[in-house]
Amino acid sequence: MYKVSATQLTDVLNTLAGTMDVFLPIRKDGQTNFGLYAEGVQADFDTLKTVKPPKEFFLPQSESLYKGVVDGKDIHIEPAAFADRPFVVFGMRGCDVLGMEILDKVYLGEPVDRFYEARRGHGCVVALACGRPASTCFCKPFGVDASDPQADVTAWLCGQYLYLEPVTERGRQLTHKLEPFLQDADAEDVAEYRQEIRERLEALPYNNLSLDALKDADMLEVFNSPVWDSVCDACIACGTCSYVCPTCQCYDIKDYNTGDGAIRYRTWDSCMYSDFTLMAHGNPRKTQKERFRQRFMHKLVYHPSTAGGQLSCVGCGRCVNKCPSSLNIVKIMKSLGVS
Amino acid sequence: MQITGEQTFTPLITAFCCNWCSYAGADLAGTSRLAYPAEVRIIKVPCSCRINPLFVLRAFQKGADGVIICGCHPGDCHYIMGNYYARRRMTLLFSLLDFMGIERGRTHLEWVSAAEGAKFAATMSGFAENIHKLGKNRRLEDLRCKSS
Amino acid sequence: MQEQLRILAGKMLADGRAARVLGWKRTDFETAPEPSFFTAQDDLSELVYNKYCAANLSGFMIGAGKRDGVTVVFLKPCDTYSFNQLVKEHQIDRAKAYVVGVSCGGNAKVEEMEDVGWLERCLVCTKHDHVVYDELVLDESLSRPEAQDRFGGVTRLEGLQSLERYEFWQGELSTCIRCNACRNVCPACNCKKCVFDSAKYDTAAKANVTTFEEQLFHIIRAYHVAGRCTDCGECARVCPQDIKLQLLNRKIIKDINELYGEFQAGQDTETLGPLTAFNADTDAEPSIVHTRG
Repeated sequence: MYKVSATQLTDVLNTLAGTMDVFLPIRKDGQTNFGLYAEGVQADFDTLKTVKPPKEFFLPQSESLYKGVVDGKDIHIEPAAFADRPFVVFGMRGCDVLGMEILDKVYLGEPVDRFYEARRGHGCVVALACGRPASTCFCKPFGVDASDPQADVTAWLCGQYLYLEPVTERGRQLTHKLEPFLQDADAEDVAEYRQEIRERLEALPYNNLSLDALKDADMLEVFNSPVWDSVCDACIACGTCSYVCPTCQCYDIKDYNTGDGAIRYRTWDSCMYSDFTLMAHGNPRKTQKERFRQRFMHKLVYHPSTAGGQLSCVGCGRCVNKCPSSLNIVKIMKSLGVS
Repeated sequence: MQITGEQTFTPLITAFCCNWCSYAGADLAGTSRLAYPAEVRIIKVPCSCRINPLFVLRAFQKGADGVIICGCHPGDCHYIMGNYYARRRMTLLFSLLDFMGIERGRTHLEWVSAAEGAKFAATMSGFAENIHKLGKNRRLEDLRCKSS
Repeated sequence: MQEQLRILAGKMLADGRAARVLGWKRTDFETAPEPSFFTAQDDLSELVYNKYCAANLSGFMIGAGKRDGVTVVFLKPCDTYSFNQLVKEHQIDRAKAYVVGVSCGGNAKVEEMEDVGWLERCLVCTKHDHVVYDELVLDESLSRPEAQDRFGGVTRLEGLQSLERYEFWQGELSTCIRCNACRNVCPACNCKKCVFDSAKYDTAAKANVTTFEEQLFHIIRAYHVAGRCTDCGECARVCPQDIKLQLLNRKIIKDINELYGEFQAGQDTETLGPLTAFNADTDAEPSIVHTRG
């Protein structure tokens, strides 16, 4: 384990930015989102959760797949280039790291998504322990240790130091770049801080949810459960929950007419939208109840059934925090028997 | 048409003309051999009140540097009051665009009757001149449509 | 007041005058009550009313009006304007609604479940009285936060240079994630199929791919409710990125007030809206935009 004086943090970031793109939480007008670091930009590591999850650096909200350019009577197809520039996402929280693991199962499983694979291959993740977890957090039931998040590098901002512990080979290469700033440190140095975090987590209302009720859930039984009839009454069918979710993975493919050709691009989609999975024959889920159910069936039943029981939720609590109608996945899990 | 740089800037101007007055006014300008800039592309609409704000924005998206709307003079609307509605709508739209920092000169509304071929030509020339001064539309452009 | 509402709702359900009650339901967090339909008297112990009940329930009445029976709905003063506007637009079946006007002392802004002060809309509130109700449940002890100038933000922006305004909006709108919460929560935004969802047009988009699309969505969203927006402030409240959407809506309201006379949408159910009316002789030409400073 290494440590860097917090006063040298800017030098550390500048050094990294010299060889790769650095994305970190930046506060603007009262909201924090991950953004590209440049000299002079103030990083915000105090805010616990960014509005948008950092999955966007591996799965951008929209990305071009290819262009069709009209040339006389021909149409040339120009495929979009794969990512080839190394980058680091600095300050990802433990829940978001687990979110990447879930996305990996989908996008790196067969058939492999080459765009995602290229980004994953060039991206390094520095995970930051959560000094002040919030009341909406519930990552522990999903196996996340917010005091020791596992990514390429684990980091703790504690006292006057930033502690860094490389976990993977890529992480070691990253810390190697920072050698001039690093001092040796001991795991003991952050032990107290970690203990503090764990105690704070214990005091949170959702920290000890038991997910057992979902383990052996019968797919059809949950699907046909009467709870769906009323639980979505307050849903206004916006996409906030999907777009702030670190594990939501659905996308839509669209064409855009540029006048001299077309761009085929994909964008994040939300199952809450009336045109989600719209096909030539119409929409398979005609009512909001069905669309609402889809979101939670996917997260709590369908995904686990294909991913060895792993739920497609990481307990980040963003939906708890942001839903305009105060709906959220905890409420749904509870109505399905979770206590 | 190839736009090769700022020096040879040829603006693209979309003119929405109502079928009954302004389009006929444009016709008269043509048959009277009055010159007006070739960069003006006319889109015929049944009435000035047919123009949805989306039309104006979409024109900018697809490459227009200026959008001008022409309709019958107040009181002359073929549908009696369509242009009165259009007048309020476009006032609020132009004001909102201005509020969002889009240059004021990029949007304009002018009443042109079927008899006013000369006014049509003069209006278009004046508007085109203004757009030349403003330069390319940068604040309300869709980069995807500017590939060439 | 909460207790009074529970008793009233209980009576309405018990004697069969109402099929359901639309109110706010207790959740795990005091600061996040959920809009909810109550049909059983036993559930009414979950009905809450406090300063966190910010959700404007009038939009839900569009759907409720299509169900059998009367729906009791609790509306704060500002919500009654939205309700009236919807009645005017024939979106709500007035006969199937029993409106209970409730006093409001302002709603709290909530971040991470913490109370962080007042909602912006409550700081500039001008709608102090209910414009439609069947019954009132008032609490005179509630006091409102001190009122500020509603158009102050718009005026400040108007005073900037064009380029500064452009940069301000680029900064605001570039954070938009296109969740459509502002559109969907808006009582006035009730088109069955929105142009931004319709597969028939290539305006349908689930992300702002370019800065143009950010502008397009927000201009059209604000403009489409021009003359119908009651300034209930729900769009700004629900925005996950805290974009100052109220400025767009209020700019239009301010223009309407200045050019066509003071108008408050939802004040009544008869007056023609400013964009469905005109004055042939006195209406300004659009070129007034050039001279208004």
